[in-house]
Amino acid sequence: MTSRSDALSDYVLGLADDALVSAQRMGWWISRAPELEEDLALANIGLDQLGQARTLLSYAGAVEGAGRTEDDLAYLRDDRDFRNVWLVERPQTDFGVTIARLLVFASYQSELYAALATSSDATLAGVAGKAVKEVAYHLDHARLWTLRLGDGTDVSHERMQAALDAEWPYVEELFTPVEGALVDPASLRAPVLARVSSVVAEATLQVPDVSPTVGGGRRGLHTEHLGHLLAEMQHLHRSHPGVTW
Amino acid sequence: MRDWPLWEVFVRSRRGLSHVHVGSLHAPDAELALRNARDVYTRRQEGVSLWVVPSSEIVASDPGERETFFDPADDKVYRHPTFYSVPEGVEHL
Repeated sequence: MTSRSDALSDYVLGLADDALVSAQRMGWWISRAPELEEDLALANIGLDQLGQARTLLSYAGAVEGAGRTEDDLAYLRDDRDFRNVWLVERPQTDFGVTIARLLVFASYQSELYAALATSSDATLAGVAGKAVKEVAYHLDHARLWTLRLGDGTDVSHERMQAALDAEWPYVEELFTPVEGALVDPASLRAPVLARVSSVVAEATLQVPDVSPTVGGGRRGLHTEHLGHLLAEMQHLHRSHPGVTW
Repeated sequence: MRDWPLWEVFVRSRRGLSHVHVGSLHAPDAELALRNARDVYTRRQEGVSLWVVPSSEIVASDPGERETFFDPADDKVYRHPTFYSVPEGVEHL
């Protein structure tokens, strides 16, 4: 039986880790995007997510009450202690995959933050109130690219559909119940899927009909990719504890 | 994406000021040009309004015609309102 503050701290960690891991994956595109302008757009999106993660991590540490800072939580936990979903942790080195994932994730975060903004927890309501404007832009970016790639050339249509197919098994995990949740993840399912489906249809694409993966990120069970991501993200801090520049 | 057209970007930094040309960027269409302009040119709160214009739509004066275009204004000093005497104590002139 976990205490109420443990459950809340775990819930906030889940929100924080989703944003943090997604930000790290988004950062991969810096210097690699198809155009300088898109490079900056993806970097901006990643930085927005990183900002959300920082505030959420600090709050998770405060609720936990063991004196852990945002840096302790970001840099000194192993993969089994991360609470993010599988959707955000896998590599995204294909532009279509990046856009498909952002379409799903930004739709989810839009609904999540809109609901959290009216929650009774003042800190989370504050974070969510600011973030809801950021993720609206992320969603807009993903929507515009989904429309152009899906309703573009034969090749772009095919690749965008393949990207959606690749990401879709990981969608359901976003809606699995979590102890301590201030917004029931299951309540987000219908509005999130409605947002995604309308864009997919407008882009002349199909909502994939695939079985969901088992998931388990909220319980600390991850794909093999998270360890590699953390190795890169945490290396500097672990090699030089407390380093600043 | 090598054939993305070029767009000129104009930013209005505050209400009441006019849009000022800040640079250019590449984008496949107007909608994305506006988004790209937001990301490239207003990252640090530089603006409250953005215009994007296809560079190909801008009609520019020819540098070779500079003399006929601009030199005739050189000796028309009477076009400058410098011959009026300003009464004492008038501000903002």
